[in-house]
Amino acid sequence: MLEGDRAVLAVSDLRVTLEGRVVIEDLSLTVEQGEILTVLGPNGAGKTVLLRALLGTVPYEGAIEWREGTRLGYVPQRLPYIRNLPLSVRDFFGLKRRAVQDVEEMLDAVGLDRLLAAKGIGTLSSGQFQRTLIAWALAGDPDVLLFDEPVSGVDASGEETVYGLLGRLHRERNLTMLIVTHDLAVVHRMSSTVLCLNRRPVCQGPPLATLTPENLRRLYGTEVAFYEHDHG
Amino acid sequence: MPDLLHPSLILGIFVGGAAGYLGSLMLSRRMALVAGPLGHLALPGIALALLCELDVSLGAFPFVIVGVVLIWVFERSTKLPMEALTAIVFAGGLAVAFLFLPMEQAEAALVGDILQVEGGDAAISVVAALGVWLAARRAYPRLVLGDISEDLAVAEGIDVGRNTLLYLLLIGVIVALGVKMVGGLLTAALVAIPPAAARNVTGDLARYTGGAVTIGVASAIVGVVLGGWTGLPAGPLIILASTAAFLGTLPFAGRMSEG
Repeated sequence: MLEGDRAVLAVSDLRVTLEGRVVIEDLSLTVEQGEILTVLGPNGAGKTVLLRALLGTVPYEGAIEWREGTRLGYVPQRLPYIRNLPLSVRDFFGLKRRAVQDVEEMLDAVGLDRLLAAKGIGTLSSGQFQRTLIAWALAGDPDVLLFDEPVSGVDASGEETVYGLLGRLHRERNLTMLIVTHDLAVVHRMSSTVLCLNRRPVCQGPPLATLTPENLRRLYGTEVAFYEHDHG
Repeated sequence: MPDLLHPSLILGIFVGGAAGYLGSLMLSRRMALVAGPLGHLALPGIALALLCELDVSLGAFPFVIVGVVLIWVFERSTKLPMEALTAIVFAGGLAVAFLFLPMEQAEAALVGDILQVEGGDAAISVVAALGVWLAARRAYPRLVLGDISEDLAVAEGIDVGRNTLLYLLLIGVIVALGVKMVGGLLTAALVAIPPAAARNVTGDLARYTGGAVTIGVASAIVGVVLGGWTGLPAGPLIILASTAAFLGTLPFAGRMSEG
């Protein structure tokens, strides 16, 4: 366990092998309090597996050290089975280890209508569902939020996007965030540090200095053009 | 007709209710069919109990528990779907049962004989059913969350493997109790149908679990009473009663998820 200094997470020489295939190797990184680290890479690069290793749900070699007492919030990419279950939004919050008393307040915090608390989880739009997952993760008052592939562009025009919401939460709560994405715009807009991952780390550092055409070509194996667009 | 305090009716009410409650969890875990193979797995134990003139639940229980532990170990070592592993273990159990099951007593093993239950048996079954209900109620949120997403559960500090074992053990107990009530062949229906019927008419967790328990209890009462009246085996009548409840809720299916 890390103690004392500003580092929240230290990973050294991480190697993950699943079903005989090396998915991640030679990965070392440090994440400091309040940092937003984005993990960028093509499909199958090991991004989600990295989050799962950090959570401890896949076996790994090397070391993963969280600062003592760190509370994790996790927002998964998808939950395929949940929509068929007889769960209201309030029921879903009731599944947390420490049940949430004021579900409406949590929904409010992520820009959702309080009345959604009584709705069936399967009836939410994809944007509402993702915000609900963020609210759910925040309800445990985490120090670190692990976010797997936030969906952009799911909100109606003029409303706060998921990225706008994450930026606001970062400012308000000084959350440390690890965001897995394949969206270069997200990396540029949100992160203090980017990790380019394609089974092994390709590049790592502040986005502007790190995401050079050469590094992107090494990451994706082809020319990548980046046109920044506004995420609100 | 059995009176209200008849042991078979009391056993039916408690085991039916507990099976419905545990079944509500199995439906959400997409694993209701696990109980069926486990019921079949109990058959060698039932055969042994009949040969030795012991209580069928007593015979079934160790076989089901061994099967449950095997499935849990196989799941952790192979990562194959639990349904597939259960089917494999069940096939072995069934084959052993047919080698030793005394055919003249096969009916009791296959469809149960709840009307012959006596006071002592009923009291033990009631205590066991209450234990299953309490343990399942305590673990319910953890089990549902682990089913929705293992990663989400781990982030909450939940030991998913330990909870899965607990879940399988509770199924083992309810199957051992269920074989006395409806026999080895119909145990799956005892746990699967009440929650399926409740799911048709509810959109939130409290009403869903409450509905599953209510339908489980009501089906047991109807089955036992009809069995007493008609002289037909009560086990199949219990299952037919819950099947009728499911059919009765079908017109509401899909309308209740608005919450």
